Amino acid sequence: MVLVAANSLLEVEHLSVRFDRPGAGIHAVNDVSFDIAPGETLAVVGESGSGKSVSMLSIMGLVPSPPARVSGSIRLQGQELVGLSARRLNRLRGRDMAMVFQEPMSSLNPVHRVGDQIGESLRIHRGLARAEARRRAVALLDRVGIPSAADRAGSYPHELSGGMRQRAMIAMALACDPNLLIADEPTTALDVTVQAQIVDLIGELQDERRLAVIWVTHDLGVVAEIADRVAVMYGGRLLETGPARRIYRSSRHPYTLGLLQSIPRLDRPTATRLPEIPEAPMRMAGALRGCPFDSRCPMAAEGCADTLPELEPVEGGGHRSACLHHRKIDSAEVLFPETPAAAEPRSATADPSQVLVSVRALKVHFPATGGLARRRAGAVRALDGVDLDIERGRTLGLVGESGCGKTTLGRALVALVRPTEGAIDIKGRLINHRSGPHQRVVQMIFQDPLSAMNPGMRARDVIAEPIRLHRMAPPDAIRERVVRLMEQVGLPPESGDRYPHEFSGGQRQRIAVARALAAEPEVVVCDEPVSALDVSVQAQVVNLLADVQAATGMAIVFISHDLAVVRHISHRVAVMYMGEIVEQGDRDRLYEDPLHPYTKALLAAVPVPEPEGAGPGDRTRLAGELPSPADPPSGCRFHTRCPVAVKGLCSTTKPRLSEASPGRWVSCHLVNPPCT
Amino acid sequence: MTVTGHRQRATTRTALRSSRLSSLLGLTGVVIVGALVSAAVLAPWLAPYDPTERVARPFLSPSWDHLLGTNDIGQDLLSEMIFGARVSLTVGIVAAAVALLIGTAVGVVAGYYPRRLGSVMMRGVDMILVLPFLPLLIVLAAYLGRSLLNTILVIGVLIWAEPARVIRSQVLSLRSREHVLAARSMGAPDRWTILRHIVPRTALLATGSFVRAVSNAILLEAALSFLGLGDPIQKSWGSTLFWAQERLAFLTPAWKWWVLPPGLLIMMASLGFALVAFSLEERIDPRL
Repeated sequence: MVLVAANSLLEVEHLSVRFDRPGAGIHAVNDVSFDIAPGETLAVVGESGSGKSVSMLSIMGLVPSPPARVSGSIRLQGQELVGLSARRLNRLRGRDMAMVFQEPMSSLNPVHRVGDQIGESLRIHRGLARAEARRRAVALLDRVGIPSAADRAGSYPHELSGGMRQRAMIAMALACDPNLLIADEPTTALDVTVQAQIVDLIGELQDERRLAVIWVTHDLGVVAEIADRVAVMYGGRLLETGPARRIYRSSRHPYTLGLLQSIPRLDRPTATRLPEIPEAPMRMAGALRGCPFDSRCPMAAEGCADTLPELEPVEGGGHRSACLHHRKIDSAEVLFPETPAAAEPRSATADPSQVLVSVRALKVHFPATGGLARRRAGAVRALDGVDLDIERGRTLGLVGESGCGKTTLGRALVALVRPTEGAIDIKGRLINHRSGPHQRVVQMIFQDPLSAMNPGMRARDVIAEPIRLHRMAPPDAIRERVVRLMEQVGLPPESGDRYPHEFSGGQRQRIAVARALAAEPEVVVCDEPVSALDVSVQAQVVNLLADVQAATGMAIVFISHDLAVVRHISHRVAVMYMGEIVEQGDRDRLYEDPLHPYTKALLAAVPVPEPEGAGPGDRTRLAGELPSPADPPSGCRFHTRCPVAVKGLCSTTKPRLSEASPGRWVSCHLVNPPCT
Repeated sequence: MTVTGHRQRATTRTALRSSRLSSLLGLTGVVIVGALVSAAVLAPWLAPYDPTERVARPFLSPSWDHLLGTNDIGQDLLSEMIFGARVSLTVGIVAAAVALLIGTAVGVVAGYYPRRLGSVMMRGVDMILVLPFLPLLIVLAAYLGRSLLNTILVIGVLIWAEPARVIRSQVLSLRSREHVLAARSMGAPDRWTILRHIVPRTALLATGSFVRAVSNAILLEAALSFLGLGDPIQKSWGSTLFWAQERLAFLTPAWKWWVLPPGLLIMMASLGFALVAFSLEERIDPRL
């Protein structure tokens, strides 16, 4: 094959993985071929169910077979891995190739010390003595950037933070100096700032050791900077492969183009609706007859449904696309056009500057209990003095790392948590923290729509619940209302009889939106509404929320860790850190000119899907991770991680959130010098 | 990372074996329960004689006319066994229903308000569970008098604690699930949330505890009747044993047809329901 380079480290040819089930088998991977050279980074990009993880697991020989049937050929350094005995695979795994998984907590053994776990593979493969293995483990932990590694080697996994655990996993993978590292979504469970640290770390290690890295991800942004080549998977097939630069700049496959277009980006104007890929990602099923993307493709033509497109070279350079019509593709803008955003809601009585909800000095402290005796040991300060206004018909974005209190704030707004101090009032009425009919005006949309719906209720009844609850319509009118709501959110009304688990992720979130709308609320709190969805579906839900807002004039509180999505949908943005708002301002001004060092760092950590975009040199990387919220740092809470903290000031005096310019609030000594 | 195919295959094999075993046991239970229930329902047609009539000489040994002989006043023992199934099963099922009703109410409330109300209620449940069972049962039954209804109530009031605990633990986990939070965030009052989102989701688990409670109730009814505290008019298996004991059948060869059959039937009924409960619980275990 032309694809295979002369001196490749790993060659995968015609890999297919089939899961035998009674009835129909599932073709998880179909005829996938790729290779990787020493020192190279290959990014495998795909949504859930694209077969990317199964292909990687079959390289490692970790797919249980039976039920799986692996065919084709996988050669590592010339040695065939398909059909190799378990014993000989064991000898290769960990020594020549290693894998880092998404969730480090479940990949580490909770009852063994981290250092011993790293040493284990050294003792197995290298036959090192216990003491020697331990010494090497400490050196490895030190290399992956774990502070005071000698102490940390004696810790158990639960004593480390998420980022530290992932570093430990990387140390473990690298223990025996493998030539190939497979990283399966290694940063997906981490915060942006930590994600950036891990990406940098793997990049450094790679340069140091001529390590080949296969980076599996659903996020085109993360890998843009580090990937040499990109392989795009969908429906168990490779749709496009090629050098990163060509895939990102001049892709020749409609699916890749659609993905690139539909991701909200920090370097694009926001005046438009996000271009969407219609429908839901395909589910793996029997053998493919045509192009898997056919049903969602804007340029599907005759032949697409019944011809399996093969990867064909496009303009040299190793760029190959599996699209019958790749020659006809003009540009992403034509295929997935941007449409102007819906008009700002000025309908009816909505006066955009009217404050609808005001939050004053809100504190929520959860009691922390420690020890066996369950003694009270202080409090976790989830929210510590938050002031916020939500205006009618506008969207307020709340961003921050996990644990910053943004979810608690959202839940306080819908009265799911009781404030320790402070007040929230809606239209001048103090909200009462007993559930009841007054809560109709504030509704919530949850991150995972499936778990937020009663699995025993039909979609129709899920949507009708607020109507029944608040007696908003006579029983015989409910059905008709539900049908209208389903049409409004783009669901086929005849699907109302189905149960939530029978819908796709995007459709479920549409049901959730319909349910929130059914209450005719004035504020909808969306807690990470697109984070659990597939990338190609996120744009649909973001656009839906914007459309609904334009149609109803409701206010939205959009909680997310994804700064690009927040930028796209918000009018105002508030940045939270450890239970406090550190910066708040109008969207465009905040993103163009962030004042608080934390905001700057967050923005710098957002990956841009553009190869060689921002060089790694000009970035402020945040060191370390979030301190414990039960014991917040003195003075400015950010001073422990702040690159510009002033000694003697930031660590002792707490900055106040004050107005830096009209409508722009910042809490930082360097922006608002304390007047002493 | 060293998980190999062997171990996985081995675990699936043991899982398969145990699931086959449990479905076999469940099937046995269903057959036993089915046979007893149909005997109870079809009693007037199945029984050769009216069990309340004197049909022969007293103390007859088994013969072709009277397969299990007759008792001290000449009633046919086989007919008494068949009609006794009606009483035993009725008491078992109704008492279990009473227990389930109390248990569900207590479990749901204690699970949904786990802090003060819940912990007080669960201390009450613990009290019931540590009380010496049989003495209390006897005292209560003796105090209330001998009737079918009293037997049912006394048993029901004593065995609700176990279902209450099972259901409470399920409610505890349900109340923090997101779909319950979603309902609360919509402004649903507690009553709404409990009735629409909590109770229906405990139904499966409640079925399991119910069947288990039936098995317990059958045993308790037999114990009460054997002590002479059952309904004197409605003869159950337990009261047959009571009369056998009174007439010293335990010490004569008559134990083979007067004592053994009711004893075996009690055991079978209790075992049948216990087996059904076992396989039901295996299937609906909320941990899986």
